[in-house]
Formats: sequence, structure tokens, C-alpha cells
Amino acid sequence: MTVDANPVDAPSGPGPRLPVMRERGQRQVFCGLAGIVWLHRKIQDAFFLVVGSRTCAHLLQSAAGVMIFAEPRFATAILHERDLAGLADCNQELDRIVAELLGRRPDIGTLFLVGSCPSEVIKLDLAKAAERLSAAYHGRVRILDYSASGLETTFTQGEDACLRALVPELPSLPDGARSLLVVGTLPDVVEDQFARLFAELGISPVHFLPPRHTSAFPPLGSGTLVLLAQPFVGDTARACQARGARILQAPYPFGVEGTLAWLRAAAQAWGIDEEVVTAVTAPAITRAERGLAHHRSELAGKRISFLPDSQLEIPLARFLQRECGMTLVEVGTPFLDRQLMAQELDLLPDSVRLSEGQDLERQLDRLRADQPDLTVCGLGLANPLEAEGLRTKWSIELVFSPVHGFDQAADLAELFARPLRRGALLRV
Amino acid sequence: MQLTLWTYEGPPHIGAMRVAASLDGVHLVLHAPQGDTYADLLFTMIARSERRPPVTYTTFQARELGGDTAELVKASVSDAYERFKPQVLMVGEACTAELIQDQPGALARGMGLPIPVLSLELPAYARKECWGANETFYQLVRGLLRAQVPEAGRKPAPRPAGQRPRANLLGPTALGFRCRDDVIEVRQLLAAIGVDVHVVAPLGASAQDLLRIPEADFNVCLYPETADQTCDWLERMFGMPTVKTVPIGIGATRDFLDEVGRVTGIDVAHAKAPNSSRMPWYSRSVDSTYLTGKRVFIFGDATHAVAAARICAEELGFTIVGLGTYAREFARDVRECARRYGVDPLITDDYLEVEARAAQLQPELMLGTQMERHIAKRLGVPCAVISAPVHVQDFPARYAPQMGFEGANVIFDTWVHPLMMGLEEHLITMFREDFEFHDAATPSHLGSGAGRDRPSAIETGPTVTPAEASHSDIRWAAEAEQELKKIPFFVRGKARRNTERFAEEQGIQTITVETLYDAKAHFGR
Repeated sequence: MTVDANPVDAPSGPGPRLPVMRERGQRQVFCGLAGIVWLHRKIQDAFFLVVGSRTCAHLLQSAAGVMIFAEPRFATAILHERDLAGLADCNQELDRIVAELLGRRPDIGTLFLVGSCPSEVIKLDLAKAAERLSAAYHGRVRILDYSASGLETTFTQGEDACLRALVPELPSLPDGARSLLVVGTLPDVVEDQFARLFAELGISPVHFLPPRHTSAFPPLGSGTLVLLAQPFVGDTARACQARGARILQAPYPFGVEGTLAWLRAAAQAWGIDEEVVTAVTAPAITRAERGLAHHRSELAGKRISFLPDSQLEIPLARFLQRECGMTLVEVGTPFLDRQLMAQELDLLPDSVRLSEGQDLERQLDRLRADQPDLTVCGLGLANPLEAEGLRTKWSIELVFSPVHGFDQAADLAELFARPLRRGALLRV
Repeated sequence: MQLTLWTYEGPPHIGAMRVAASLDGVHLVLHAPQGDTYADLLFTMIARSERRPPVTYTTFQARELGGDTAELVKASVSDAYERFKPQVLMVGEACTAELIQDQPGALARGMGLPIPVLSLELPAYARKECWGANETFYQLVRGLLRAQVPEAGRKPAPRPAGQRPRANLLGPTALGFRCRDDVIEVRQLLAAIGVDVHVVAPLGASAQDLLRIPEADFNVCLYPETADQTCDWLERMFGMPTVKTVPIGIGATRDFLDEVGRVTGIDVAHAKAPNSSRMPWYSRSVDSTYLTGKRVFIFGDATHAVAAARICAEELGFTIVGLGTYAREFARDVRECARRYGVDPLITDDYLEVEARAAQLQPELMLGTQMERHIAKRLGVPCAVISAPVHVQDFPARYAPQMGFEGANVIFDTWVHPLMMGLEEHLITMFREDFEFHDAATPSHLGSGAGRDRPSAIETGPTVTPAEASHSDIRWAAEAEQELKKIPFFVRGKARRNTERFAEEQGIQTITVETLYDAKAHFGR
């Protein structure tokens, strides 16, 4: 349906150059619960307990794609009729389940109570529950809450909500001290690469949020410079700002250009000379350029469309257009945070069709008319679009794989080149 | 509230989607919040479906909750009707929509669309996926056929002379276990005795096909989990007999033919042992002797679990040590079957309970769902998948039915293949010290990579309580422990458990080599 039929607007504020098509209708996108699939692997002593329905449990299991071999560090407390009819006290039930869970998993340091659509609609106060349970397990387990419901969050926003819940827990950075805080989940291998680069640049101490263990929370204060590694952590950034931290404006570290600008933003704020930046990054840039050259020939001139999904669409489109020579047809994003995207929007070409939100069927009509060489979309749409003759790339892989930084620039390009190469290879 | 790690079944609206996705010309509008569209990937990724399920979601968000979600429902219904031009529209709600009580079904019916509009009741906090599929199929068939129901007491017209009997195959659905191939196999089975298949539903049927259901002579309830209500209703209202035997396994396939023979008055004797049926001879051949008494644990939906139990006991000569189902609606069938084979039925949808039972029973083979495949992997037990919930591997490119004579051939291969081959088992027992026959050695035909899973398989989590924990006061003497290691790993757990049980019964504190062999003699099979 078309509640407001794509009014083209050119709002004021940062990045007003590009018109944005606003869409409202059916949205084919995960809710924030999907973020648990990577967050529970990243934070190794955290457990995510979704308070929700069988649908929530089923979503998590399906979004995980393959079931994880080890016992997962997430679970669902499934609401039943008795809970809704008031025959059982939801808070008592939750206490019982948390006790059962923590009994089974004594290794858990932080438990997240994760709100869902049903828990929000019945107004189950998880903040209060977390407070009550924190008192009960004081000194043993930290218990926090956030909402990852589809009512409140779209896919990667679930991570933002989770990290936002960590901000008040972070210890204070002493006055006069300074530190760099990188916000947004990165695969461990990428995090280690960035840590080495920051060390070579002379930036120290550097911390990452989320941490690998909740026993080692990074400090936060007015001396903290915050550098965003993911373009979907806006609420977390603003919460850091409210505690005095300064948010660095930079493109996101995808590709050579994005990674260099991202590192440079930190270096400049830290007062490091440009020559040092150039010297430190030169070897990695040379490697990355060499790697990218392999894929550029396959990608250059190819037309690509992004369906709104992970919030990574705009930075990735920028990388593919500027560094791989692709032509952008439509770049859809679930929502547009102009503050977070200011630097990225400046780098997009005028010719791009930028859309925010979704009206699925109409968007697919446009896609069929456009016939791009590659479409980035969610898992539900990929095979049907392939069957229609469109080549696709699953967006979820971009959230799970190491794609940030210089040494992953070629891998990132390869993810887009592979479906095209495969399409050219097959004779069946 | 119920603590759940993995679920065997989705919510009931997933069942409704499975029915909608099976049919042509039927569209489902689902009142559901943003995020519930994940369900599409079950069809497009797991079953590799080339089309999206015919489902339109309202995908409301917080901002709509403050406004008018009812208007959103109406807009979605009218958009879906305009775009997809279905012959029948179904309207349902997922768990969150159930709480806000917009009554989307009533709203849609009030819109005056020129097609049948069916309002589905899918109680998300009380029921699950199979129930949802069963109910949706029943409501749909009842809704479409109500006008055709004959007056009470009127007998159906006898079949005209010379016309071959006609059967409907009811129950196969999208995301069902091997439904695609079972339908082909059962069609051939019936063709061999001169019975035509009239309508297959829901899988592949159109709304028009559903209207033709009463023209057939009888119904085959292929999957009771999704079709038993529909078959019962058709029997009551149209006097259509239901063939209830599910033809999985040689014995069941022959019983199925007998039942069809009784219903149609056809002699089926010639069709009960076709040349293509290799399973009975393979099982009788000497190579299969080593299968005798293999301890097997079975868990799945009721139909497949019960069928597997009969195959194990009567057709492969296994010993059933455990039998269970996650489908509470069909628990009675499984309990009855468990009683027949002298085991405790396990009726649960708690994956952890199944894992604990498997660890305790230490079977030599697990037959289960994809969940049990994971449990078996953790426990280092061979496993074959026999039932939904499904995984991309359960949609093989090749023809691989479970039903009929070819189904039995497929079952023989898939269940026997993961086991150690007969002579190999002996060689391992004889030459324990051989450096290549170490503990992690897997069946040689399964490739070298398979064995590497094993050590890491027992990685994390205090999930598995070893059976020996309860005998903590009993001690193993060093040389007995050494002797135990000479027993092949795949039976060592059983040997350890039996020896400890024997020691406990005999009041023995320290297990020696003597105790080990005494126990072996005591329990010897």
C-alpha cells in the first residue's frame, strides 16, 4: 500500500544534496532479534534471553540459517496462554526461567533480557525485571534489558539497542585521560587488525564496544573519542555523547577509501600527523589495491540495486561505485539517519536513486523494470529473484563476514563478484 | 513461560503458510509486525522454492500501533486482492496481532470482495505449526465444500461400472518431509492396482481442485498431522471412506494396499512384492546379519516415528531402545507403539530432554529430525533423518521417497549407511591396537573428514550428564579401565554402563577385569 506515495523531498541538514524516495508498505526485513545471531558469538560470556513467543524462537533458529553446533548462548522464554490470561504471574515465571537458565549456565557473566513484539504489547516491564533480578544475582551475573522487537527495531538496529543498554554500565574514564572507543561489532580478526593499525599510528588506549567479555568493559567519558565501525549504532553513539564523548565524523571503514578516511578521522582527532597516517597505512593500501584489481574487472560497469535490509547499503554502494566502478541503480535503506550517513551521502553520485523504507511489491516492480546485473536482498527474496533471472547477493552475509578494513576490501568485492562469475560459468 | 533453545515446530501461522504455499490461486494476508516476514525464507531457502509464498504481511510497527492498524489490514487486503487476483483469500494473524485484536478476518469479510474470504483462527499462544496446517486445510476444505454437502442419510452414488476407482491424496504440504516424492510413489502404487489419483491436496492443488474432492471414491490420509481433520469431515459429510494406513516400510505398504483393496473391492495380491522392491532381500542377505539387535532411538513426528519403529523391529531386526514424538496431538499413537515395543514413550517438545534421554540410552543409531542429527553429532552416534522439521538437506535433488516400495529401498540405504559395515566391525574388535583403528576412526566408507568432528563434538556446556555420574561411588581399577578401552568406542559406552549397573547390583565397589567379563556374560546378547 502507499500511505504516503513516495514524496521526493530535499530536507535541510547534512547531506541534503540527494533526493530521497520515502516508501511505506510491506517491509521484507528481519526484526532486531536477528542481531542476537552474531552478538551471542561476539560477547563470549553473555546470554540473550528473548521474552517472547514461539515466533521469536522460530525466527532466531531460522535466521541462524544452520543450527549452531554447540549449545547456543541464546534462548526464548515462550509466553503461553496462561501467562497472557493472568493465570501465571509473568514476573514470577521470568524469575523461575532465569534461575533455571543460570543454573544450567554458571559461565554466564551478563544476561540480556530481550524484549519482543508480544512482550511490548502486553507491556511486560523488562527494565524492572532486570533491576529486580540484578539485585537477586548481585555480584554474580549482570542483568540488562533491551528491546529488539519488530515494532521498535529493524534488523541491525537490534545491535544498536543492545549496545545502547551497555552504555550506562561502562566505567567512567578519569578526567584528563583520553581514549578511542570503536563502536559496532567487528569480527575478531578485523578488530585485531584495527588494534594493530591504531597502535602503529600511536593511538592508545583503544577499546571496542561490544567487548569480547563483559568482564572487561571499556571506559567512557569526556576524553573518549567515539569512532563508529557500523552505520547502524546511532542510539549508542548518542548515548555515548550524552556521557561527554565526542563522536568522530567519518565514512565507514569499507574499502580503501572508507578505511583510510575512518582511520584518518581518528588520527586527526588524536593529533597525529598526516605523514604518519600515510606511512602506517601505505603497505596495507598497496595490498588492498592489488587484491581489488582482481575483482574490479568483473564488477566495473555492472549495475547494482540494494533492497533495504541491513543499513550497510549506503556505505557499500559508495565502495562499489567509487572503488569497483559499479553503477548504482537504486539504493534502498530501511531508514536514513542523516547524521550518521552525512559523510557517506556526500560521496554518492547524483544519479543514484535513494529510497528509504519499503513498499515491497512496488519496489520489486521497479527492480524488474531496472533489471540490474546484481541485486542485494534478504534470504526470503533471493531464490525467487534468481528464478526470475536476476542475479542476487544475500545481504545477511555482509553482516556476518569480515568485510571491514584494508585487508578485507578484496574479500568484500569478491562477495559481489562471485554471483556474477558463477552466473557466467554455469551452463545448466 | 517455557524456556526454549530450539523448537521442533513454528507457531500456527507457519502451518497456515505451508498450506497457502502448497496451493495455487490461494493468497494469505497475515496481520503481523515487521520481522515476521522471516518465514518466507523457510520456503525460499530450505525448500529452494522458486516463488515467494503467496503471503502479504501487514508488517506494522510501533508508529502504527498508535494509529489505526485496522486500516492497515484493509489496505493490505485490498492491495493483495488487486495485485494477485486470488480465487480464495485467507486472512490470519500472527502472535502479536492476536494481542491487539483487530479481527482482520472479520474486517476482510466486510470488504465485499467478489471471492471467498476465509478467516483463520490461529491461537499462537496455545498451538503450534502442525496444528495450524491441519486446521487451515480443514477450514479451507470445509469452507469451499460446505455448499456441496449432501442431505444427511443420502448415500454416495455407486461408482459407474467400468470406471476405475479414484482416490484423493490428502495431507502433503510445502516443507513437509519428502512429500514431493511420496506423492509420486503413492500414485504409482495405486496405478499398479488400477486406482487413479483424483486430487492431491494441498500440495499442487488449485481452489478448483479442492471443489472436486467429493468426486473421488475415497481419501488417502497420507499425513495425519496435516489432514486427519479434513479426512474425518469428508467421511462424515460425504460418506467418503478414509484409508488410514501410512505406507512407510514394506509391511505398512502391503497393509496400505490391502486397505485400498478392501475399500475398492480390488484384488491387490499381485502388487505386494514388485521386482523393484529390494529392501526385503537386502535385509535378509547375510551381509545384514550384523544389523541384528542394533540399539536404535527414534524421535520425530508421530507418523514417521511409529512407521520407523515398525521398520526397525520387523524389517531390519534392530532393537528399539527409545521412541518419542514432539507432536502432542498425536501422542496417543506413539504411546501405543512404545507399549508394543516395551519402551518408555518420550512425549516432549523440549530438545534438551531428548538429548538427555539419548545420552542416557546410548543408542547405536538415532533416527530423528534435524535436531536429533545435532544431538547425535554431539554424542558421536550415527544418525539418519526421518521426519520434519526439515533442513535444506531434506530436499534432495534426486528422487528419494519414504513411502511405498521405493521408499523402503531409500530407507534401507539411508539408515544402514551411517553404521559400521559388518566385517569392519569385527576387524576393529580383533585388532584394537592397530594405530589406524583408534577411537575416533569412523566407518571407512564415510571419508576421513567425518571422524574429525568427534573430539570437538563434546565441546561445551554441561548439557550431557553421563550415565556413570549416578555410580560415582563405584571405582574402576586401572587394568579394567585399560581393558574397557579395547572395546570399540561405539559400544564402549554401553559396556561401561552395563558393567557399572552390574557392579551396583552385585554390591561391587571396585570394577576389575573380572567384573567386566562377568558383566559381559550377564548382559551378553
